[in-house]
Amino acid sequence: MLVPSGEAIAVAAPGALIDCDVHNAVPSVEALFPYLPRYWVEHVQQSVFKGAGSTYYPPNAPVTARPGSIPPDGPPGSSLVLLRDQVLDPLGVEVAILNCLYAIDSLRNPEAAVAFASAVNDWQIAEWLDREPRLRGSIVVPPQLPELAAREIDRVGDHPGFVQVLLPARSEHPYGSRLFRPLWEAIDRRKLVAGIHFGGAPGNPPFPSGWPSHYFEEYAGMAQVFQSQLASIVSEGVLDLFPTTRIALLESGFTWLPAFMWRFDKEWRNLRQLVPWVKRAPSAYIREHVRLTVQPLDSPPTTEELLTTIEELGSDDLLLFATDYPHRHRADPARDLLPYLPETLARKIRHENARALYGLTVVAG
Amino acid sequence: MATTLTREQTRTRVKPAVIDGDIHNDLPSPQALLPFLPAEWRDYHARFGTFGYSATAYPRINPNAARHDAWPPGGGNPGSSLTFMREQLLDAWNIEYGILNCLIGAGARRLDQSAAVAQAINEWQVATWLDPEPRLRASLVVPYEDGQLAAAEIDRAARDRRFVQVLLIARTAEPLGRRKYWPLYEAAVRNDLPIGIHFGGSGGFPFTGAGRPSYYIEDHAGMAQAFQSQVVSLVCEGVFEQFPTLKIVMIEGGFAWLPPLMWRLDAAYGRLRAETPHLKRLPSEYIREHFWITTQPMEEPTKPAQFHQLLDQLGMSDRLIFATDYPHWDFDAPDQAFPVRLDPDLERRIMADNAKGLYKF
Repeated sequence: MLVPSGEAIAVAAPGALIDCDVHNAVPSVEALFPYLPRYWVEHVQQSVFKGAGSTYYPPNAPVTARPGSIPPDGPPGSSLVLLRDQVLDPLGVEVAILNCLYAIDSLRNPEAAVAFASAVNDWQIAEWLDREPRLRGSIVVPPQLPELAAREIDRVGDHPGFVQVLLPARSEHPYGSRLFRPLWEAIDRRKLVAGIHFGGAPGNPPFPSGWPSHYFEEYAGMAQVFQSQLASIVSEGVLDLFPTTRIALLESGFTWLPAFMWRFDKEWRNLRQLVPWVKRAPSAYIREHVRLTVQPLDSPPTTEELLTTIEELGSDDLLLFATDYPHRHRADPARDLLPYLPETLARKIRHENARALYGLTVVAG
Repeated sequence: MATTLTREQTRTRVKPAVIDGDIHNDLPSPQALLPFLPAEWRDYHARFGTFGYSATAYPRINPNAARHDAWPPGGGNPGSSLTFMREQLLDAWNIEYGILNCLIGAGARRLDQSAAVAQAINEWQVATWLDPEPRLRASLVVPYEDGQLAAAEIDRAARDRRFVQVLLIARTAEPLGRRKYWPLYEAAVRNDLPIGIHFGGSGGFPFTGAGRPSYYIEDHAGMAQAFQSQVVSLVCEGVFEQFPTLKIVMIEGGFAWLPPLMWRLDAAYGRLRAETPHLKRLPSEYIREHFWITTQPMEEPTKPAQFHQLLDQLGMSDRLIFATDYPHWDFDAPDQAFPVRLDPDLERRIMADNAKGLYKF
């Protein structure tokens, strides 16, 4: 067992922490009215349609909100004041990346999907990014409509507050598919990060064998969906076509990655003639292009096994600190991971890897 | 033409006897099954044939997913000639017992057809494989998408104790923990047979939780994810509370993914246990008690030491069962399968003793 270095994250020096996964929730469909075309405002007022869900989590599940994160007038994650009070100020966060989980992908009506995605992005600019300089945002898009998603990325992609495009992990088609070329082109054109996040509401089941009964299963099984997305993105040559692509896996867990890379590398050695454009072992692409947040930690029973797994990742550049506020998991990376790491690695996870990924400038001093 | 390894070439490389947990026997031709089918299904096959789920037509590399040298000299599909299987596998590698996992016929969309074909396959296995070759045991092919029909076939055929396992597949029409499969598990327990879940199948859904992948490499590598979701389902649905003596063997799924899956399940259980009050223990405890795993395709960590770490993290060294996957292209040879040199005691357990305990050889 390694001995904790004794340095707790809460007393880290100012400017030394970047939180790569914080959730801002749309408080109600009315909050989007100032940003929606009049047609959709009237439609919401006159019909049963009230827009998409504000999160992929079941509303009352114990993972959905940590204590004190529910404001009086909206769902958890809908208050900038609470975000400041519970995360930004107490942890001394230099920058936090917002990932708004508004379920655009569940809207099958294409005009609604586009209108609500644009409204959410304009709402993010006005009510979060313009009000709080420590925040950066992720562009919400309709991934089921890649051409229109690309258009939305081009519409807001030059706003300096947006650093990422948010893609739900569960999708109708794997993101490597050539159906998504316009989306990858737009991400590449605007020099944004592709942030693939836990969840999704594409309509097809989360398991290769259909629908599980419990949320518990879907939650645990989400790691397999991330694995399938990586297999697709590498196999389809997305990273060869767009060699500067950066991908962040958000709320994915990471302890599954070494075993996945071992298996995928072996498959590539055996079957590479099927995908001749994949020039290197998949693990080489993953280590170059893919980053992962440390929450949820999915930690093994002992710290020693956790450190072994981190070593098996084969690179110190892969992990990003994240609180996943306001969601709640069993382990807390600040308490259960960072204190056990060598300072050079802890520093990379706290802020250096995120700074490189998102191109954030170093604050002087 | 690829070189065939004969007994003379290989026997010097092999020391002790081996139990092979995954061998595939095939029909020499579809017509070979007809004598075992009832007249009405023979007629149906003649007029219509079998159809399953579409959208699985990936360009692949090896015909029949077979080793180049596994086509019997006398004709027929790889795995269809007992004589050639004896020469190329059983004799050549000193196989003491081998388990046949026949991958034909149980996934048809018509469940009554599936049941008829499963029964015919099992009778064909007895006549063509088990009667002539005492080293072979077989898995029962069952119409697994109908729990009652599958249970009936288990009760009918399990009287022949050379059937040592019930065969399911990794991709099914519902997650395997769901109640429609419970009569099948009840029958397996009643007949004291483990359930084997083998690589492959299609239940009609996209092959991944992220939709339909484009390439066979994703399909093939993605089987690890299919197995993981089945483990999640079997554990979370409470199958092992309902059937406390049920044994599950995961065949050709790999196993490096299992420690991180156990960690993730245990961590999630800490937060979400209120949703599954029927679970009385940690998910990892059910897994370590109820699951066995065959070794092929063996994961190959970057560094040899990591393979030992993997075995430590798994904590299931008494549950690993060696398998060749003969005659398929990703065959693991008994003397080359492990990426590291194992402790001799551990090696003996994986190569033979664990299987002897499970299958009561």
